[in-house]
Amino acid sequence: MPETPETPSENKGMIRRFLDTPPDNTAKTVTVAVALCLVASMVVSAAAVTLRPVQDANRLRDKQINVLEVAGVYDPNVPVAEAFAAFEPHVVDLDTGAFADQYDIETFDELATSKDPAIVRALDEDPAGLGGTQQYFQMIYILRDDAGDIDKVVLPVEGYGLWSTLYGFIALEENGNDIYGLQFYQQGETPGLGAEVDNPRWKALWNGKKLRDEDDVLQITVAKTPPAAGREYYVDALAGATLTSNGVDNLVRFWMGQQGFGPFLERLKAGEI
Amino acid sequence: MVQTRKSQLVDPLIDNNPITLQVLGICSALAVTSSLNVAFVMALAVTLVTGFSSMFISMLRNQIPGSIRIIVQMVIIASLVIVVDQLLKAYAYEISKTLSVFVGLIITNCIVMGRAEAFAMKNPPVDSFIDGIGNGLGYGLILMTVGVVRELFGSGSLFGITILPTVNNGGWYVPNGLLLLPPSAFFVIGLLIWALRTWKPKQQEDREYRIQSVEAH
Repeated sequence: MPETPETPSENKGMIRRFLDTPPDNTAKTVTVAVALCLVASMVVSAAAVTLRPVQDANRLRDKQINVLEVAGVYDPNVPVAEAFAAFEPHVVDLDTGAFADQYDIETFDELATSKDPAIVRALDEDPAGLGGTQQYFQMIYILRDDAGDIDKVVLPVEGYGLWSTLYGFIALEENGNDIYGLQFYQQGETPGLGAEVDNPRWKALWNGKKLRDEDDVLQITVAKTPPAAGREYYVDALAGATLTSNGVDNLVRFWMGQQGFGPFLERLKAGEI
Repeated sequence: MVQTRKSQLVDPLIDNNPITLQVLGICSALAVTSSLNVAFVMALAVTLVTGFSSMFISMLRNQIPGSIRIIVQMVIIASLVIVVDQLLKAYAYEISKTLSVFVGLIITNCIVMGRAEAFAMKNPPVDSFIDGIGNGLGYGLILMTVGVVRELFGSGSLFGITILPTVNNGGWYVPNGLLLLPPSAFFVIGLLIWALRTWKPKQQEDREYRIQSVEAH
């Protein structure tokens, strides 16, 4: 960092005079403060701007890896972008459950991060702890098999645990009722307790569970004891992490319910997708 | 006080350790020591930030007005921390995800400010840089020691590699959940300070007061 970026270079005498002024002089105090702020802000903005593309690429890659992992098709030897191309992204309107084709897939992520009021609605009840508002257009990913039929759908979920908002994906089979997997890509729960949501052994419990029973009632739950509905709707809560487990229970039930992807899943079951 | 460059680098490791002797930087030592990976990156980041901020502050030391010197120091430290944070997000994304807010909190780490104020304002740049690196390493040493205890007995692993297979994963070791929570680091650091001051009695502080018996009138 240059000592006095203030003065233009041609007048050496001025720099010398400036350097020789006692630092406690008022004019000098102001000059030093302004010069330092300018230099510091330039350094910081330069770092932020030049590194942004790399950082965005990292974030995107991380998200894509998580979509691949939750659908069980992640292979570290295959380039992520290539494997991810097998997925068909769609923007879904949660109200109707239909695809919202007015949004461009390419730019939707940017729209979503900007919290555009056009895609956010207020919630009366907020069991997942989303802060009272919910984004009601969501990007989902569909994986098709070789015959072109739907194999899996990957839906984003988020909600509050004990300390932090958990962000993740849930992968469902083509019937829209059987869970293939659940995975969080961002969470800040207690290491060793709540953060065990990332434990592969716990995540494996989700595989094969069902969301709704024959009467179409949402039964899936994360609890300490199996519910009356039966074990196929039950994931054992994490030991020592009651509040994180409650949070996961709430967020899964919220996003799979009528305010979440419920309408979309009905369409999926009816074969309209 | 005359110090050689080597002693500037080595002294803060044991004899003048910022955590155990000066008892600075405790808050972040509580937060980042539950796993060694995080502790290691944090130690590295603090060492670099302390070194370079001391150097820059020392380069400017004759020009910094006394009335705003703390603010000037903060601006320099904060800028460096932001740069480190951006670099981590760009080139070590996984680690920056686990460190999350703690990188930003390096700004508030008392050791960085402490060295700027106590050393860099009075000494030339190279000495200040070495002093900063030395203190960062001293901080790192304690961080790693506490991290070993907390991760080994709290999650049965070191650097994420399982040493004691835990019950959760089908092993036999029942981890001590307390060690994963920040307050446990108080106990570990407290015991460390005790051990160190027993080994080197010179580090014991003089009493600030003495209880005296006074005759009643």
